[in-house]
Amino acid sequence: MHQTFDAALEINMLHANQAGADYNRSHFDRWGITCLNLMSSPGAGKTQLLEQTLAALREELNIAVIEGDMTTELDADRLRQHGVPVFAINTGRACHLDAKMVAGGLHRLEQDCNPSEFDLVFVENVGNLVCPAEFEVGEHAKVALLSLTEGEDKPLKYPIMFREADCLLITKTDLAPYLDVSIENIIANVRQLNSQVKIIPLSAKTGEGLADWLDWVRAVVKARSQVTPVP
Amino acid sequence: MHETDMTKALILTVRDWWEAQPKQPPVEKVHLVVGQFTCVEPAGLQFAFDAQTQGTFLDGAELVIRETPLIAFCLTCQAEYRPQVGQHYACPDCDAPMVEIRSGRELKIDRVEYRQ
Repeated sequence: MHQTFDAALEINMLHANQAGADYNRSHFDRWGITCLNLMSSPGAGKTQLLEQTLAALREELNIAVIEGDMTTELDADRLRQHGVPVFAINTGRACHLDAKMVAGGLHRLEQDCNPSEFDLVFVENVGNLVCPAEFEVGEHAKVALLSLTEGEDKPLKYPIMFREADCLLITKTDLAPYLDVSIENIIANVRQLNSQVKIIPLSAKTGEGLADWLDWVRAVVKARSQVTPVP
Repeated sequence: MHETDMTKALILTVRDWWEAQPKQPPVEKVHLVVGQFTCVEPAGLQFAFDAQTQGTFLDGAELVIRETPLIAFCLTCQAEYRPQVGQHYACPDCDAPMVEIRSGRELKIDRVEYRQ
């Protein structure tokens, strides 16, 4: 005869990642850095958006990029041409960046540069609309991109990403004349899930909407520098 | 497959508990609560758990997953409703956006059943 006992654990399954994200965020805070986590499906335009953003902001802000690329340095090489440090994390076959991987990028930032001189770090996540939304990496805000070609129903089908986003960029608006996709319908679908998210339609190709995105980035960095005094 | 990574973390968490026990007891069941409004596929967890526990202290233990439905609370109507995941999330009565979630976001190691 044996007896069965119960032990209540009540531990979040993402506990380990959450602890890693808090560790990363405390480092960003100590260095006075704002961290933005860029997420989207593959091909929504994260890298091109970053190229335009670096070109526009690198004179006024010190920026670094932590780049999650499945197996290559192609994206990282594109971004390095803009003269900012880019730390590529080779994620192998992983479908998302987790806090530990981003900590690897942070340590390289600390080794190669003086992190206190930086204002802003972009994390370019692995292209995937599902799991990156559940894995915090220590960011201060989540930015999701959805390109017009992906269709109106994606926010409904991949709700966690759009629920968690602080800013949503509807990209490739220059393609609107060729597609049967309504930006208004995309916005209505996102609003069902997230009444607070800042939504900016833009085209990195024509530059439409880019100024609104840059202003949003500036505002986030400014608001944070007022909260966390930079030593 | 993030279910694989999550299972790794799950096993490590249960091992921490197990090693802290005065006499390491055989574990019979690990109970999880997984919400419908998460990025986690219960079948994926089940598969990863069976594969990864082979030859470990959890070999033969059963993973029991309780799924919780997505339940939202409409602040305007002051009433709970069940959004249709994948199709519609706003309140079916007044169309207000889904703001408060009462159930469905859980990802929890609830409890462990063991013999002594």
